[in-house]
Parts: sequence; structure tokens; C-alpha cells
Amino acid sequence: MPVTTYLDAIKDGIWEEMEKDDRVFVLGEDVGIYGGAFKVTKGMLDRFGPMRVIDTPISESAIVGAAIGAALVGMRPVAEMQFIDFISCCFDQIVNFAAKCRYRWGAGVPIVVRGPCGGGVHGGPFHSQNPESYFFNVPGLKIVCPSTAYDAKGLIKAAIRDPDPVLYFEHKFLYRRIKEDLPTDDFVVPIGKAALRREGDDLSIITYGAMVYKALEAAEELSKTGLDVEVLDLRSILPLDEEAILATAKKTSKVIVLHEATMTGGPGGEVVARIAEKAFEYLDGPIVRIAPPDTPVPYSPTLEEAFLPQTKGIVAAARKLAAY
Amino acid sequence: MVERQAVPVRKPRFAHVPDDGTKLKMLHFMKLVREIEDRIERKLYRQGRIVGGVYVGRGQEAISVGTAIHMEKDDVVAPSHRDMGVFLMRGITPRRIVAQYMGRRAGLTRGRDGNMHMGDMDYNVIAFVSHLGDNVPVAAGAALAFVQRGEKRVALCYNGEGATSRGDWHEGLNLASVHKLPVVYFINNNAYAYSTPMELQMAIPDVAIRASSYGIPGEIVDGNDIVAVYDSAKRAIDRARAGLGPSLVEYKTFRMTGHSAHDDAGYVPPELFEEWQRKDPILRFEKALVDEGVLTPTRIEEMQKECAAMIDDAVDWAEQQPFPAPEEVTRDVYYEGK
Amino acid sequence: MSEYTVFAPASLTLDRTGYLELYYFMVLNRKLEERLGILYRQNKVVGGLYSSLGQEGCSVGSAYALERGDFLAPMIRNLGAMLVRGVNPVDVMAQYCARAIGPTGGKDLNLHFGWIDRGIISPISMLAALVPVMAGIALEMKMKGKKNMAITYVGDGATSTTDFHEGMNFAAVQKVPLVVVVENNLWAYSTHVSRQANVADLVVRAEGYGCYGEIVDGNNVLAVLDATRRARARCVAGGGPVMIEAKTFRRKGHAEHDDAGYVPQEQRAEWEKKDPIDAYRRLLLARGLVTGEPEIAEIDAKITAILENAANVALAAPFPDPSTLMENVYG
Repeated sequence: MPVTTYLDAIKDGIWEEMEKDDRVFVLGEDVGIYGGAFKVTKGMLDRFGPMRVIDTPISESAIVGAAIGAALVGMRPVAEMQFIDFISCCFDQIVNFAAKCRYRWGAGVPIVVRGPCGGGVHGGPFHSQNPESYFFNVPGLKIVCPSTAYDAKGLIKAAIRDPDPVLYFEHKFLYRRIKEDLPTDDFVVPIGKAALRREGDDLSIITYGAMVYKALEAAEELSKTGLDVEVLDLRSILPLDEEAILATAKKTSKVIVLHEATMTGGPGGEVVARIAEKAFEYLDGPIVRIAPPDTPVPYSPTLEEAFLPQTKGIVAAARKLAAY
Repeated sequence: MVERQAVPVRKPRFAHVPDDGTKLKMLHFMKLVREIEDRIERKLYRQGRIVGGVYVGRGQEAISVGTAIHMEKDDVVAPSHRDMGVFLMRGITPRRIVAQYMGRRAGLTRGRDGNMHMGDMDYNVIAFVSHLGDNVPVAAGAALAFVQRGEKRVALCYNGEGATSRGDWHEGLNLASVHKLPVVYFINNNAYAYSTPMELQMAIPDVAIRASSYGIPGEIVDGNDIVAVYDSAKRAIDRARAGLGPSLVEYKTFRMTGHSAHDDAGYVPPELFEEWQRKDPILRFEKALVDEGVLTPTRIEEMQKECAAMIDDAVDWAEQQPFPAPEEVTRDVYYEGK
Repeated sequence: MSEYTVFAPASLTLDRTGYLELYYFMVLNRKLEERLGILYRQNKVVGGLYSSLGQEGCSVGSAYALERGDFLAPMIRNLGAMLVRGVNPVDVMAQYCARAIGPTGGKDLNLHFGWIDRGIISPISMLAALVPVMAGIALEMKMKGKKNMAITYVGDGATSTTDFHEGMNFAAVQKVPLVVVVENNLWAYSTHVSRQANVADLVVRAEGYGCYGEIVDGNNVLAVLDATRRARARCVAGGGPVMIEAKTFRRKGHAEHDDAGYVPQEQRAEWEKKDPIDAYRRLLLARGLVTGEPEIAEIDAKITAILENAANVALAAPFPDPSTLMENVYG
């Protein structure tokens, strides 16, 4: 079984769906001839031709708008944002057209809008963002953030097969750093279901995306001093797996919510609110959020390091919470 | 004895002229559009029997009717808010349209959205959103799917001149032209976008000038002459269906009402209303048909009564329809297996 | 094939100092980017590196038309324009190397910096976003009766965007003194301009906005300067915005990591023969605007020294202190 990178897992997932379902096609900037800025669509043009791998002008509104139109008449488009930061250029098409068609006039819009998010690569303010919060408050959308190669493949398939618009935010830092042996059979990861990455009794870290690995590092560190940490990978941001969130909170009674989107208005607030509303009795300490401060993503390595949550910061917060 | 003068032979001005049957059909629909919109705006709205706002295309009936007459069943259409003719010609009943305006469950959006924000893919009508110009890339996308699947279907997209200032309009046209998509872009240039006249909207006198920016054919047509509309639309749609790519057809007309029912359009010089009243598309066509001997004034009155009766029925029916139940509010945000 | 030559348009007035300054800035542009390339390969540059190789005439020629009080908004391939406007190579290198002394204190990268009081507006990555912004700056100039212009740049790719359209339309309707230089370098990353737009000349879109437009040979710095000056005069006199399409070519990849294998070799070879700096140097010599090769060599050596010093200063500078992270989010 070949070891597959997170990036190739996305590619393979899209590729396999395009093989079995000729309604599926890809469109975006530099996705055809160039194979995509990160090579996620490499080789697809040769295999599927220019009608199913479409190189577009620089037009995020037209890319997503056209995806919506094609979906309304039965296609299954997968639209790429070269960097997910550019999703702001087509905000209107996503929140006002795609998200509301079914509710308003019963027309499903089965599109996927995907692109690389996240920092840690010296990308600066416009190539490092995590935009899930802009769309979190828009009913009608689904948002997924895979952290493993398995989930990257399973979730892209789930997204493509989903009858509703799915925003798929793949973390660029993980592209080539994460590799896994993947099954050869056709598997799908359900949207709306979290995954326990590490079981533990003392404290829960609820997180997603690249931060899963920081959480696991911290858990490893903490286990050396006898603190047994559970790590829950949300995988889906919208809808949240509320059952899994409440289960882990009830199990350990001490919760850290960790994400790479900035603190104020980040999805972590919703997780905290639900635990406070529905599992308050179980808590033995305040729920702690760890997220970058409220600034644009800075570029210089010293600033970016200070900006992003780091393992040692998570360890310190966990120790403090454990001692509460 | 007075010598009779020879009647000059009139050369046809258009490549495509509708036959008499088609002419009568178009007149019927123009009158039906006028009737339903007048009823909604001038009566029902003022009597408080409409939920929310009202936007009508009074004076612009020739545009939606003269273009939509060419729609094939499988063509997809993305109308704007002043294209009532498209819905009626697609077979959507006046009953359901009035129910839509009254926020009833029997309306096209089951009370989820109001006035012209309606659509139904069973009729191949894409529901418009308030964000003008958003439907432009969406129509291009439907056309893209037709090309991908080798289907001889066309997408038709309608917007006013104001919408052409929006970036989505530009991106959609650019994409459609680069990929030679079978989509036709109709511009209903009714001279005002709310209170904004053309000269404050753009620094050009005609939207069609922009056609050359996309390397596509552009045409300016008298939007109040239904035969001119019929002819230009057919040529543009035929071009698209033949694989020759998109066209931009600009219909010059005038918005004979305010932006919406609450707007008295005091910012429009009264002379403009007078001038365009003389060019009313329905009266013009009726006169031409009478002159051609295709219609009589009696028959016109009959047609008017028929339309009025249809709308009377639609209003009576719609007002009996229930509002959606409160429990329905959270349904169908996502797919529910229908 | 005869050698590519540049000439001075008849409408251009320029003294010897001006001729030499144009040369200086183009060579500074090129050599600074070469130096950055070396730093990139030494892992001193943080993040991506973007080059304007072959397009120096566009940036330098257009920016040289700027006068006091005018506003400039460069894009990532307009380093030359920033240099003409007085940006110090130390600033550029410090910015690219993410140092604390850089103009953004390490907060943003490549040419994303500016100063209001120097009339330079910082770009963002979203292409053509500057067009409506500069239309706004030009609007203020018109409102206050200032005899100034705002100038910005887009590539061929950026003309496809919502912001380009809305910005140009607004500028034209409001008749503001905005000049937009469309640098058609034929490639937007891997997308050839024929797949970007369905027209051979992007300037035809000026007609669609109702503003004046002109095509210029982007590799002739004098033609670019002349066109920009005339555009400035027109828009400052109330003639509305002007679109200048500069025909040129992107000689390197989209960024340093991109080998641009998708560009046909013949196309690259054809444009290498039209190098703006080589042609300009030949003109200087042929017209006796320089005394000879030694004067050219002196200018080149001066530039090399400036860049050496700039690199030393930049590389000696510290990285920003983490305590500065939260600064300047708000006022």
C-alpha cells in the first residue's frame, strides 16, 4: 500500500470521484496546464481533458458563480481557490447564492469550494488565513477541515458527494509533511463527525486542522508527567459534532479549545458556549481557549511564531487547567 | 377621377419576423404581464394585501416576452426582477406568482423569499438574488455544463443596466467569452437604477459598447418594439446554440414606475414619462396588429378581459392559500432526502 | 531579424539628466532583483520572491512621470516604480528578509508596503484591489481641485477581476484623475492571456468604461514615460481616467519557485532580444547621451555599491521582537 501524502490524498480523492462520476469537474486558476499552484490537480488535465479541468481567468466570483450554475443543472463542480485567502473575493456568491438556494427555492447547489489555508509557511497576511469564521454563521453551508491524509481523502469525497455546498479548507502546512498508508477501497469520512485522536481521562483538547499535531505533541509531553490528555479532532466545523464535544467534556471535565483562526469570533467560542450550556455540571474548571491573538497573520518568522499557538504554550495552559 | 397612389412595398426590417399566431401569443403574454403587475402594484399592494416589496417592469413587457418566446423547454433562464414575462411563458401560473407575492406556502418559494426572487429548476428558471449581477456567472456555469455534456441547450440571463457596474457581471461575461459558452446576456436598459440615471452609472451611453471588451457581438435594440426584440433575441440565441459563444443584447426602454412600489420616482423628469408613454410597447403592438388586420379593437378588449379574469382567479385562489407553518422555518436549509 | 531599438517619441521632452536617471533606475531595479535572487538562494529571503525581469521599462518609465503630490500604488512587479519614488533598497531588502527595520516591521512581505506621506499606497495580494482604492484617492484630488494624479498597475490577469471592473467604471463615471497601467506580460502564472480574455488588446476595455486608452511598447522606457505624461496631463485636466496597455513579457516564472516550463521557449527567446535595458543603453550611446562605455560602467558600479551596502545593512538587522506583534492593529 503506497504511503500517500495529505496533498496526494486530496488529489486521489478528487481523481477517483472524477473517474466514477462524469458530472464531477474541476475549475480554478492554473489548475490545468500547471496542475495547480500546489500541484493538487497535477496530471488531471491529461487524463480528463480541458472540459473537466478548466483553467479560468482571475475571477473568483465567476469561478464560484459558474460552479453554482453548473451545479444547478446537474454537475458536481470542485472549485479551487488558489489560496483560500482569495475566498473573500467571492464571498457574495457563496453566502447569498450557494448557501440560500435550497432554502429559498428548493434548488440544491452541490458545489465544493476548496483551497489551502493556514500559516507557518512565511506566507504573510494574505496567504496564511483561516477563513472558517466568515462562513460559520451562514446556514446552508458546510465547512470541513481535515488534518490527516485519510480524512483529507475521505472528506473530499464526502464533500463532492454532498448535495449541499461544502467549503473544504485543506491546511497547506500539512500538504507534504503528513503521510499515511491509505486503504485502496473507496472510503468516505462523514461530514459532521469528529474523531478521537488520543484517548485520555484527565483533560480534553478539542481542535482541528494543523493544530491537531500541536495538541498531540503537547499530549505526549504531558503524559511524561502523568497527565493523560484526550485529543478530539473536530474535522467538521459546520456542522459541529456536538455529541462528541459533549462526550469528551463530560469524560474529562477539563477542556481546552484550540484553533489557528484568531481568537475573537473564532469557531472555538461556539464550542465553549455549547459545553457551558449543556455540560456545565460536568466541568471542574473554566473552559480555556487557545488561539492566535486578534491580528492579521504576520510574516516575519519571529512574529509568526509568536502569533501561532505553540506546543509549549498548550502544555503550560494544560498544566494550569489540570491544577485548577 | 382621383388617381390612386401605388402602395409602396415595405421591405422587411428584420431577419426574423413572427407569424401571426406567434404575434398574438406574444401580445397575450405582454397583456398578462401588464395585468398581473398592475394588479399587484396598483391595487393589492396599496390595499395591504401583499407581503413585502413589489418590483414591476411596467413599460418593459416586450423585453421578457420577445426574448422568452424563443426558449426551448431545456434552456435555462436566469431572469431579473422586471422579467415577469419569463415566468409566465415558462408555464408558471399566475396563481403561484400571486401566492408568492402574498408570502403563501403555495408560492414558488413556499414563503421563504418574496416578490421576484423566485425560481424552480423543474421549469429551468434560476431564482434571482438581490445582489445584482450575481446571476451572470451562474448562467455562464449552466452554459458550461451544457458544453461539457454536449447538449444543445442555451442559458439566457437578464439584468438591468445598473447591474452591469458590478464586478460579477464583468467576471461572468469574461469567463463566458473566453470559453465561448452558449449563454445570451440581455440588458434591460430602462434608464434608471433606482434613482441613478445612466450618466451616473457609467461613462458610456450604451451598455452594448462593452461587448467589444469581451470580443462578443453587441447590439442595441428598441426594447419597446416587440418584433425588434423577437428578431434580435432569436439571432443571439441561435448564435449561442450554434456554438458561437455569448452575445450582449441591449434593449433600450424606460422604467415607467418607481424602483419599487413605494418609490414615486420624483427624481425622473415628467417629460420622460410622457415621451415613453407614447412608445408604450403594448399599445404600439396593438396598433400595428390592427393596421395589419391581424386584430380588431373588439378582440383586443376581449383579450384584456381574458387576462383580467385570469388574474382575478389568481388573486382569489392565492388569498385562500395558507401561510407556511412556523415549524417549517428550519426545514430545507440542507438536503432532506426529497 | 533586426535588432530591437527604442526611440524617444516626438512629444517627449527630457534633458540629459532625465535620460540618465531612467537608466539608473532600470539598472537599479534589475540589479536589486538579482541581488534578492542571490539572497533567496542563500535562504535569507523569507517567503516568495517576485521578479519584474524584462518589465523594468514599464515601472520606471511610468513612475518617472509622477509629480509632487501624486499617488502611486505599485504591484508586486513594480519595484522600479517604487525606486523612482524614492524607496531605499535597504527598505526593500529588509522587507524581503523579514527584518524589524523593514517598512512593515516584518508584518507583511515583498512589496506590500507604503507610506501615505510619501504618496505610496501598499498593495494587497488580491489583484486589482488597488483600482477602486486609487479611484478614491483620485476622487479626493478632484474634490479638492488638486492638479495631481493617482496611478496604479494591473497585470493582464487582474483585468478579469471584479475590482478592476468596478474600479474603472467608478473612476470613469466620476471622471477622476486615475491612470491605470495594464502591464500585459502575456502570462498570469501559467495562464496565457488568450485564456484570460477574449480580446487581443486589453485596452479595448477602456472603450467599455468610456475612458481614453492607449497601447504602448512596454519595453521602451521612453514611450512608457511619454504615454504616462500625456495620460497625466489628460486626467489632471479633467479628461477622466486613462488606461495604458503596456505590451511586455514576464521573463521569469510567476515567482522564484516557478520555472515556467509552460512558456514556449521561442516566445522567451523572442522577448529576450527586446531587453529594455540593453536597448536603452544602445540608445544612450548612439545619441551621445553618455560619453561612452566608462560612464555606463560608472553608473553600474555605483549601483552595485549601493546594493552591497543595502544587503549588509538588511542582513545585520534583527528580526522583529515578538512584543511588537500586537502593535498597529488599531490606532
